[in-house]
Amino acid sequence: MSTRLKTGGRRIDRSRPVTFTFNGQQLRGYAGDTLASALLANDRMMMGRSFKYHRPRGVVASGTEEPNALFGIGQGGRFEPNQRATMQELHDGLEAQSQNHWPSLEFDVGEINAHLSRFLPAGFYYKTFLWPRAFWKHVYEPFIRQSAGLGKAPKDRDADTYEHYYHFCDVLVIGGGLAGLAAARAAASGGARVTLLEQEPVLGGRAPVDEGTEGAALVETLAAEIGAMENVTIRTRCMGAGVYDHGYVLGYERLTDHLAHKSGPRHRLWRIRAGQVITATGAIERPLSFAGNDVPGVMLASALRDYLVGFGVSAGDRTVVVTNNDDAYRTALALAGAGLTVPAIVDARHGGAGALGAEAEAAGIRVLKGHGIARVKGRKRVTGVVLCKQVGEGAPVEEIACDAVAMSGGWSPVVHLWSHCGGKLTWDDAQAMFRPDPDRAPTGADGRAFVSCAGAAFGVFDAADVLSQATRAGLTAARAFGKAGEVAAPDAPAAPETNPIEPVWLMPASAGRALRAKAWLDYQNDVKVTDVQLAAQEGFESVEHAKRYTTLGMATDQGKLSNINGLAILSGALDTPIPQVGTTTFRPPYTPVSMGAIAGEARAETFQPLRRSPLHDWHAANGADWEPVGQWRRPYTYLRPGEDRQAAVTREITQTRGALGLLDASTLGKIIVKGPDAGRFMDMMYTNMMSTLKPGRCRYGLMCSENGFLMDDGVVARWDEDTFMCHTTTGGADRIHAHMEEWLQTEWWDWKVWTVNATEQYAQIGVVGPQARAVLQKLGARNIANEDFPFMSFQDHRLAGIEARVYRISFSGELSYEIAVPAGQGLALWKALHEAGAEWNVMPYGTEALHVMRAEKGFIMIGDETDGTVIPQDLNLHWAISKKKDDFIGKRAQQRADMTRPDRWKLIGLETSDGSVLPEGAYALAEGKNANGQRNVQGRVTSTYHSPTLGRGIAMGLVLNGPDRMGETVAFNKVDGSTVPAKIVDPVFYDKEGTKNV
Amino acid sequence: MLILTCPCCGVTAEETEFHGGGEAHLKREGPGSDDAALEGYLFHRENPRGVHFERWRHVYGCGKWFHAARDTATLEVFGTYPAQSTRPPEDLLETIRAKRPGWRWRDLA
Repeated sequence: MSTRLKTGGRRIDRSRPVTFTFNGQQLRGYAGDTLASALLANDRMMMGRSFKYHRPRGVVASGTEEPNALFGIGQGGRFEPNQRATMQELHDGLEAQSQNHWPSLEFDVGEINAHLSRFLPAGFYYKTFLWPRAFWKHVYEPFIRQSAGLGKAPKDRDADTYEHYYHFCDVLVIGGGLAGLAAARAAASGGARVTLLEQEPVLGGRAPVDEGTEGAALVETLAAEIGAMENVTIRTRCMGAGVYDHGYVLGYERLTDHLAHKSGPRHRLWRIRAGQVITATGAIERPLSFAGNDVPGVMLASALRDYLVGFGVSAGDRTVVVTNNDDAYRTALALAGAGLTVPAIVDARHGGAGALGAEAEAAGIRVLKGHGIARVKGRKRVTGVVLCKQVGEGAPVEEIACDAVAMSGGWSPVVHLWSHCGGKLTWDDAQAMFRPDPDRAPTGADGRAFVSCAGAAFGVFDAADVLSQATRAGLTAARAFGKAGEVAAPDAPAAPETNPIEPVWLMPASAGRALRAKAWLDYQNDVKVTDVQLAAQEGFESVEHAKRYTTLGMATDQGKLSNINGLAILSGALDTPIPQVGTTTFRPPYTPVSMGAIAGEARAETFQPLRRSPLHDWHAANGADWEPVGQWRRPYTYLRPGEDRQAAVTREITQTRGALGLLDASTLGKIIVKGPDAGRFMDMMYTNMMSTLKPGRCRYGLMCSENGFLMDDGVVARWDEDTFMCHTTTGGADRIHAHMEEWLQTEWWDWKVWTVNATEQYAQIGVVGPQARAVLQKLGARNIANEDFPFMSFQDHRLAGIEARVYRISFSGELSYEIAVPAGQGLALWKALHEAGAEWNVMPYGTEALHVMRAEKGFIMIGDETDGTVIPQDLNLHWAISKKKDDFIGKRAQQRADMTRPDRWKLIGLETSDGSVLPEGAYALAEGKNANGQRNVQGRVTSTYHSPTLGRGIAMGLVLNGPDRMGETVAFNKVDGSTVPAKIVDPVFYDKEGTKNV
Repeated sequence: MLILTCPCCGVTAEETEFHGGGEAHLKREGPGSDDAALEGYLFHRENPRGVHFERWRHVYGCGKWFHAARDTATLEVFGTYPAQSTRPPEDLLETIRAKRPGWRWRDLA
């Protein structure tokens, strides 16, 4: 059993007991524990079940690389799935739930998958689910849905807050072990600004465990020295998540996850610009691939050591150590030193270990050289191991009873951060690992390397070598800023003489299929040796293909334990050396970063800016039912007590068409184009001839992209000879202004034109309806009869004491004026109009009434009738396209064969025979089917509304040869599979003669 | 995330302050151009692994467009220069020749 020892545990404080719950059961640990160490101390070795086969799994590692011990942590708004128990610090009241089992961790129905493993081989998703088709819905999809994804998504809104933090430094050191501390010390010695990030709560990395008290003392000295330097910033619980272009680095700091009483932001995302980056990220121990290497109790040798030295926890009473290198002997010695039994060290090497081997034998530990584990006995817990020769197929030579296995397949440098931004790797045959190639480092804006590595991350392991190499790396990084100091490497504890590692990718070397099918590579995704071999056999030879086919390394741990072992198996199966097989791509983040940290403060009101019209507060106080339009909020309609949306819209339209309505048009884009060449420029921007427009007059204009497609429309007013006011759509103002600037700056930069986006400078109010003229007269406008103030012109008037520019333009077909006043005067005018219009029962109308009224008149709406593939000619807008101009943006493209072909879908009106409203986006059906077996179509609905004015549904659409098919009936599809017939009609449904706007 | 220097206002800033605008030095083909020229102008773009000339706009700064010469593989920035030019400045081309012997981009080398 795993238990807490009476003594030991440098990270725990035995005077501070902590109470937490695991699957609802109350357990105890100590301050300083991780969830993993506390569970082990309570003899909870089995911590979860695997993803595919639901096999019982225990904790295998002690750090970020842990693939098995994943938990849902917290409750309600603070619940988060898939948290690694090895990284979760224990605190009072911590609530942890195990995952991926039903109905319970101990008894799980999904475990039957393990017995079906023969039918769930590599690539089973691709093989199984295609056929027979009918099985998809009833068998395969429910199966996949039930097994897809670990953990449960949180249901409640995140109760925590998060923040972003911007930081700049000369040298950023990622990792606070011996190498990181030495590198930071050296880098800071000449005055460079140095920042050091450490993902664990404590500095020191492996040194205090592997180098004993000497290592711990050295860490303390170094930490104190750099901690006292003013130019050094140290953050613990802060992971270097990713290295990006030009020295950009993301740090992920966990501020409150370890606290019982939480206040302030939970996580902080550090957005760092560093001149030089040193990754001192250490190395990760590799598992060995033998049958049953996933049985709870089989752990990495270093992890067993960590739990023992760091937390005073033993994983078992009898631990068999299995290894191909000297390092695992440290675990055996540490366990024996703590009085625990190590029945044997099983060393695959014939030569065994160096000095540590002699030490072990002197301590009375039996060492079996040239041996391996044939298989592990036990299901929910190790009960013993069957030994064999490492060469051969695994004939049993001996059986040893034990309740834990410490395995070590060697160490892989953590090269992730080095690789994120393009750093390349080289295969180190002597140490059997990929290590950074310093000659192919990531380069920055100036073309020079900006990332270097220190310590185990660089493939350097002996303490003395680590300290001198890291010191050099620190000095070199600071030299890039001319801030290199002078500092000698600290003295290191003496290192024992070692024998070289011998790569062991499969144990025993010629294991038969039965053993290989139980030898796990990727614990979380349940990928076995046989799966990778099958992938190679089936032709997935590229490491990237094999990864996706088998899902090796695709789980939340991103293959930190499995990648090298997996590609070594692939290399064997392909008979290609490991360096030629290569690695998959290392992508940020190093371990998962919370979505909250990425969002930071950008949530709810601060997610993006909200633009408010000058009348916004009035709308809010008068029943506005808001609709987002770009970054604006516009009233969709104004609800009165007891009204639904439909009733309110109907009321607004009826009132406006019958007497008088008001529209807040302030959000419409208003761009001023000014200068001696303004007319010439306007002729290029618009399809119309704008240079001939007379001052004081207005013209409806169309704007196309250089591809010929209609991108915006609006009324242009010529304020004077040199000045145009261009109205754009609400959502288009910024885009159109940018479009104008682009052409001015990059194509016609010698033209004398100035543009200003004056959208927010003006409040603009639409006064619409038969009484529009009367209300203006009442407010003081003089001489505004139809002849004196004709349609498509503008005049300046003083209205209710406010200087106003009045445009007589109409988007509803009614007599209509749009009145522009300085934004600050908008509310005063709006209120004056309400007061003056009271005798006609004036009321505001929202965007839906606006849309319905424009559709009743057959006016197009950008974004409804256009979608980026529609040219003005499709909308029968030839009249707005000048034939006299040599050029305008989009003119040449509109001459392309595809634009002039006769069978383009064209704008028409549509009426259903029963007056019903056509579904939005419905297609006009044609005979036959296309090559994909889909029904052929001949058009689509672009706008569809219920018209209160006409008492029926009206619609516009684009239909093949539409304008030539007036009166013809076409079938449109509905979501339920049925169809609805509609007659092709003129798109102008209301007041075709234009009698209203006089 | 790149760092670029706007040649108009002189500010060196993060990529989020800028907006990319695709390939630089396109020649506009208007009315009268043949179909092949128009197709090239509208649709054909260089996609080099190495030296590239791009348009950028300092959208959250001075608002001006400019050009940048950049290595798409190593992300090295050779220099930026005003949008009001039809060809990269000679001293910039010299810099690139020195750093990337034998490079080619359209008719530049």
